[in-house]
Amino acid sequence: MRLTARGQAVGLKAYALGRVTRDNGTPTGSRTTLVYVAETAKPDCELEGYAAALLEQRVSGTSSTGTPIVSGITTDHLRDGDVVLVSPNGHVRTVFRPDSAHNVLFMTERCNSYCLMCSQPPRDVDDSFLVDVNLRLIPLMLPTPAYVCITGGEPTLLGDGLLAILRKLKETLPSTHAHMLTNGRRFADPEFTRAFSSVQHLNLSLGIPLYADNAPDHDYVVQARGAFDETMRGLYQLARDTQNIEIRVVLHSHTIERLESLCEYIYRNLPFASHVALMGLEVTGFAKHNLPRLWIDPVRAGVIVGRAAELLAVRGMNVSIYNYPLCLLPRSAWEYARRSISDWKQTYAEPCQECRVRGECAGLFQWAVERYSGMLRPVA
Amino acid sequence: MTHPFQEPEHFGAAPPTEWHLLPFSHIDLDAGREVLVNVCGEYVIAPRGTTGSLVRRQLEPRSDLYRNLRAKHFLYDERSSPLMDILATKYRTKKAFLEGFTKLHIFVVTLRCEHTCSYCQVSRQSSDRDRFDMSQETADRALDLMFRSRAQNLTLELQGGEPLLNFSLIRYIVDRARNRATNERRGLNIAITTNLALATDEILNYCREERLLLSTSLDGPSFIHDAHRRRPGNNSHALVVDRVRRARDIVGPDNISALMTTTRMSMDHATAIIDEYVHLGFRSVFLRPLSPYGFAVRSAAKTGYHTEEYLEFYRTGLAHILDLNRRGVELSEVYATTILRKILTPFPTYYVDLQTPPGVGIGVVVYNYDGDVYASDEGRMLAEMGDTSFRIGNVHRDTYDQIFGSAYLKGMIREATAESVPGCSECAFLPYCGSDPVYNYRTQGDIVGHRPTSGFCRRNMEIIRLLFRLLADGGPDIERIFYSWIRGRSIRPEANEHVDHAA
Repeated sequence: MRLTARGQAVGLKAYALGRVTRDNGTPTGSRTTLVYVAETAKPDCELEGYAAALLEQRVSGTSSTGTPIVSGITTDHLRDGDVVLVSPNGHVRTVFRPDSAHNVLFMTERCNSYCLMCSQPPRDVDDSFLVDVNLRLIPLMLPTPAYVCITGGEPTLLGDGLLAILRKLKETLPSTHAHMLTNGRRFADPEFTRAFSSVQHLNLSLGIPLYADNAPDHDYVVQARGAFDETMRGLYQLARDTQNIEIRVVLHSHTIERLESLCEYIYRNLPFASHVALMGLEVTGFAKHNLPRLWIDPVRAGVIVGRAAELLAVRGMNVSIYNYPLCLLPRSAWEYARRSISDWKQTYAEPCQECRVRGECAGLFQWAVERYSGMLRPVA
Repeated sequence: MTHPFQEPEHFGAAPPTEWHLLPFSHIDLDAGREVLVNVCGEYVIAPRGTTGSLVRRQLEPRSDLYRNLRAKHFLYDERSSPLMDILATKYRTKKAFLEGFTKLHIFVVTLRCEHTCSYCQVSRQSSDRDRFDMSQETADRALDLMFRSRAQNLTLELQGGEPLLNFSLIRYIVDRARNRATNERRGLNIAITTNLALATDEILNYCREERLLLSTSLDGPSFIHDAHRRRPGNNSHALVVDRVRRARDIVGPDNISALMTTTRMSMDHATAIIDEYVHLGFRSVFLRPLSPYGFAVRSAAKTGYHTEEYLEFYRTGLAHILDLNRRGVELSEVYATTILRKILTPFPTYYVDLQTPPGVGIGVVVYNYDGDVYASDEGRMLAEMGDTSFRIGNVHRDTYDQIFGSAYLKGMIREATAESVPGCSECAFLPYCGSDPVYNYRTQGDIVGHRPTSGFCRRNMEIIRLLFRLLADGGPDIERIFYSWIRGRSIRPEANEHVDHAA
């Protein structure tokens, strides 16, 4: 699925943001949140008032009306109602799709952890303008999405910027469930947590990873000293404010060995968690680089994951296994497995053709097809 | 691009050079193993001698045992902070039964009963309503006291005698209590302890409409039940069987449970008693020992038994119940469930007879038919035998503060709190046990008691040990069965599971 394109930009000093339209009927005065998309060049007067115009045909010179233009750009992937972020360098990124169930507010590339298996490796850049982008994006999310994921990088690094986003979501999209992915460390600060909770966004949950029942193991996985203590303290601060918390465990060689102990630890120390997600590894980003030290035989791991899920379920906790093909899990664990891989990333291998439970199976990430195919056992 | 990933040693994976102990205790499980228990009730079953190695710093820090002890808050080292505030929250959560003060309020609406059970001291065969029934005025005053408690969720238990003999007062109390709870936005559960002999369909329909929970008495098959639970016509068993079935239809299966009283006659019939419960569709059975009150003491030779005999009965019964569970029968044992909840969950347990500080007055209070207020049901029974040691006031004469804030009640609780009682304070099973000052007083002459000769202590130690052996050796299904008991609905409503974050 194509989410970016690039063309030649003129007249763009800062970024532009707007909803894609191919219909030129909107009155000039009401075009400020629209990005006009066309195949061929148009007279300047027709482009007046738009946030930007994207033209497939290459044009030269500037627009006399001041409307920024990106020309010579592919626009086939854009649908009316998509929201695009247009950068001064001609880069056009789709930041919202009305027909997607997985829209995100991408908050920052920065992070205070450096996880061995990070799928979205952090970069130490000043991207504070993204707060403004997201504040403007939220009202453009139409029709109102059922779900939006706040992610990064580490969203809490934005401090007040994050609070502004939450307030905006609460005002503008109160019925949208917001799920924020955070390492939870910043919540160890009671002041910050108090400010965060004072927003009182009631339709909010937080997905927070915990990789071990002890500091050295967890800190190694996230490559940050003191992270375990901060996350644990943060979880307790959040629980005090009755925030809705999901615990996420990514499965690899450094989390699988003591996975059952970790789950017992979660039950004993974090029984307020509304959900525990045991997540198969997605080999992109750092995970690709570190695969040799993260790799684990998926069949052996499947047995452990199954036991861990059952341990939590028996104790009354809500547990899911993500990104794990059914045939690598013991049958008793199937009821916890979810079809979690987004449809555009999900694939199946050769042996899956004849599998009877394929329709209920999460399938595989593309990278896993070759590595896993020898172990897959179609269910008859 | 190179990624500057650090090795595990950088984050403290190397063995720590020293470690520090957090509060815990230990006890032998059997010849080869011991149990280590921390202040929150988290446990580790380990080879005998583990505590010694731990204290002498001879454990292998790379071992799973060491790592388990660290994760369960038995120790911390320079690689891990103690997370003391989290440990404190967990402890506070375990003790959250104290929050909100007295939750269980027992109203003895009449002392009259149409049964003459051999083990019951308190009931009267009488038609003298003026003398043995609670009056509306007394009920009003008791309700005032009950609603003075700060508990968000209250439980009102209607008791007797046979409470249905004073049904008009039950209606009166239920009506008033419901209105008040609604106005004050508080949770209120109401239960009736009744032998059901007088439970007409009309009464059962009333119970359904008012969402009353029914707790009845069933001692086992008729040859055991009718031997002790006597009434004119000697048909107690037939009546209760018939009424239980009817009640289940009308109020719903989850709203009726039964209690049994274990007598000498029960000793050889654990299996038959349990099967009777299954046969009648109950999903829990309480293998409850006879309390040292009531007629039991007077006729001890006939009804009484030694703690060891009881324990043998309990072991046989529990084994049978587990066997039934493995065959797919849903049946829990109430006492084991209470203790297992303490062992296997991070949550508090709201069972007033097995808590410390003891539940007297602060967990449970009894308003007797005559207006006297008692610190526990057993204390009230003792008074019927002439000893009013556990009377803490009277609804007509005393104020709330005088009753619940008295130096006498405070002193009793302080002295009997197991954490400061000889033989309890250092016991590894303390987090799973409780304190029963009335039992101590009754059997040993003072509320503190003497552990080495205490039947209460002996019984609980053995039952807790039995449960640990089952956890260790009970096979792959044992956890699933135990947690299904813990999570199943109990007839005595408990507050919602929550973690206490109050500062």
